Order: sequence, then C-alpha cells, then structure tokens
Amino acid sequence: MPQAPVVWRLATVRQLIDETPRARTLVLDVPDWPGHTAGQHVDVRLTADDGYQTERSFSIASAPERATVALTVERIDGGEVSPYLTEELRVGDTLELRGPFTSYFVWRTEDGGPLLLVAGGSGLVPLMAMLRHRAANSSTVEARLLLSARSLDDSLYRDELAELTADGLVTHVTFTREPPPDWRGFARRIDAEMLRTVWPSPHQRPRIYVCGPTAFVERAAELLVQLGHPPGAIRTERFGPSG
Amino acid sequence: MAPISRGFRGRRSNADPTRLPPGQYLTRDFPVLSAGPTPHTPLDEWSFLISGAVDGPVSWTWQELLELPAETPMADIHCVTKWSKFDTTWKGVSVDTLLAAVGTDAKYVSAWCDGGYTTNLPLDDMTGGRAWIAYEFGGKPLAPEHGGPARLLVPHLYFWKSAKWVRGLELLDHDQPGFWERYGYHNYGDPWKEQRYQGD
Repeated sequence: MPQAPVVWRLATVRQLIDETPRARTLVLDVPDWPGHTAGQHVDVRLTADDGYQTERSFSIASAPERATVALTVERIDGGEVSPYLTEELRVGDTLELRGPFTSYFVWRTEDGGPLLLVAGGSGLVPLMAMLRHRAANSSTVEARLLLSARSLDDSLYRDELAELTADGLVTHVTFTREPPPDWRGFARRIDAEMLRTVWPSPHQRPRIYVCGPTAFVERAAELLVQLGHPPGAIRTERFGPSG
Repeated sequence: MAPISRGFRGRRSNADPTRLPPGQYLTRDFPVLSAGPTPHTPLDEWSFLISGAVDGPVSWTWQELLELPAETPMADIHCVTKWSKFDTTWKGVSVDTLLAAVGTDAKYVSAWCDGGYTTNLPLDDMTGGRAWIAYEFGGKPLAPEHGGPARLLVPHLYFWKSAKWVRGLELLDHDQPGFWERYGYHNYGDPWKEQRYQGD
C-alpha cells in the first residue's frame, strides 16, 4: 500500500536518567510524535558540524501512553554513537529521530496473554515498553519476565520493576557473572529448568518475546522450542554490537 | 541541511564512500536479524523447490544442489539495521542455474523458508548473476544462525531480502509482499535509495 515517507523529527532532550554505569535513558520531546506500539524502534541520526552523518536504531523504552519518548542506550566502548548519547548529550540538546518502525515485535494489551518476556541485558528495553504499557492500562494479563543480567550493575529499571511486580506480573532475574551478596535467585545462564520455573508452560499458550544479544536469543529460543513452545509463538529480536 | 548535533564528531570510517550506502556504517562483525527461533532441518529432509507459475515444479535434494555448478561470489552486504560488511565471500548456486530448469513468464518471486519466513522480489532482481542459493560463507558451511544450511543471497538489496533457511522460490505473475514487507519494511529495499521502511 503506498504510504508517505516517515519524516525526520527534531527531538529535544528533556531529561537524562542514568540507569546503570553503562546505560542512560534519554527522555525526548518529539514534536508531532504519531504515537507508537510497545516493542517498536526508532532511527536516530546525528550530524557533525562538517555535515558527516550517521544513523542507528534504538528500541523505545517508554509506554505509548506517555507524552514523551524514552530510549535507553547502552554504551559500547569504542562505539561511534552510544558513547555520544550516554556521555556527551545534555538536557536541551536536539537530535533527529524517525519512526516508529515495524509492527512484528510488538504487544498491545488487547493481544492478551499470558505473556512470557525473556530479556538478555539491555534486550529488556522493548520488553519494558510492553510492561509499562500493561501497567498504564491497569491490565491484569498474566505476565512473566525473565531477565538475564551479568550483574546488578547490568540490570536496568530495577526499582521500577519491583514496583510493577504485582497484578499478575512476576519477575525473575538470573545473574550470570556476579550475583549480588546474599542473592538467593538464579545465578547461571538461562536453561530449561529455569524456563520451566518461570512459567507459563506451552500448555498455557503464552505469547513469547525474546530480546537480547544474538547468542542469548539463539539459546533462549532454542530452549523454548525444546520445551514444546511452537516456534511461531516465539518472537525474537537480536542485536549485535552496533556501536 | 540537517541540524548539527552539538558535540558530535563522529568516527569516520576509512571505508570507500562509493561502497557505503547512505545511513550505513561499516562493521567487521556479522550481526543477525531474525524474527523467530532458528530452524534446524536435517539435510536428508532438505530440498529446494521452484514452483508456482512454471511449466512444472522442479526440486533438488541437498546432494543434488551441491552437485550443481557452484559459484563463489564476493559481495558487499547491507543490513536495514544500518551495518554494512564489505567483501563477504560465499559459495552457492546461481539462481540463473536453477531457473534454467523451468520455463516461466512470471515477473515476481516469493522466496519461502523454514520457519515460515517469506520475502518478495521482482524476478529481474534474481537473474543475470545477481542472486544465489548460498551454502558456504567465508569458506565454511553456512552457520544456522546465519541461515544455514542455505540462504538466498541477493546482495544488491537490503539483506533481509537474502532470506535465511530458504527452501524454495514460488514464481508469481503478481507481487506478493513477504514477511518483513508486511510488517513495515520497504517492498523493494534498495540500499542506495535508502528504501528501509514503507513509504521510503
């Protein structure tokens, strides 16, 4: 179907939130933002003073119900864009943004559940948009989140997730490298037993969203298939180092 | 002129600008874009089928595909998620070679894959030495997460058109948008025109 191009918009940084030592949330005012669905991404374009430009894609972290658009960016050492966004960018700065894009890795409350969200590291970002959307609508769709993080310093939105964990949302965290002292939860790479504990079983026919680095997503999706979840029920989003 | 991003200097690659499409950056990694789990079809159950608007469907077993004349294209590839990779080396069978086995007046192709993925291309983009069924990458069997045992290779379009885990080409007299083409990516996907999303 013919469609007008999605235009570049000039977003203004309203607020910066340090989520972890490596990740920062950019809260943006975007004029004429058309709205988005939880799970979608935007493209960001930066322009140097000599006209050099580069683009990257980032998942939207905020709920569609918010007036602002939030992106959470993890710094990749030696990267071109993420160090700028996490270290140089100030409140009041502008950046060009285009979106929202693609409608496969998305969830709306009316899609129903149960929902199984499996996140590796900053793969939590688009899944958080889904959980925020769920909370903003006071949805009671059963939801389970399994977050695999290297350490406490690598786990995003900790306080907010603790607050959201009610009304049918249960959050599990596994620390793969450095569990906090006195940690009693999972402390290993994701495996079948962990997924069985997290629930829902294939019998419950959950909608499954997996996001994280390629190796993590490969492993999680393979385990889910082995547990008997139909491959078509498992939506994945993989990311590699993208600077 | 786009607005300047205060304090952004950028890290210009020394990539040949005539080889890097707009909005792309050069990587040495090989990232992956897939919508679902990686399928694993045993090779003895694998076959490749050309069907649809053809005189008669033709299929090849894995062994038969390997026995066809192979080519070793080297190509720059461009992913819609912004990375480009130069001088990738492949081994596979030219789609021209496969199409020589069928008669057709079709204008379009729907490539279909294990896992249910499809992508659509004009037939003209699949012929003339511009498309392959590739089964080796960098001198090794193509890894499952990169589309093994075999993927379509159409390097002049964004790389989602180079469908992983490809199992067949359905020839069509009309265009039929594929998976990503229905979920928001551009119908044709020319990286040099930056045709990333619907409307571009």
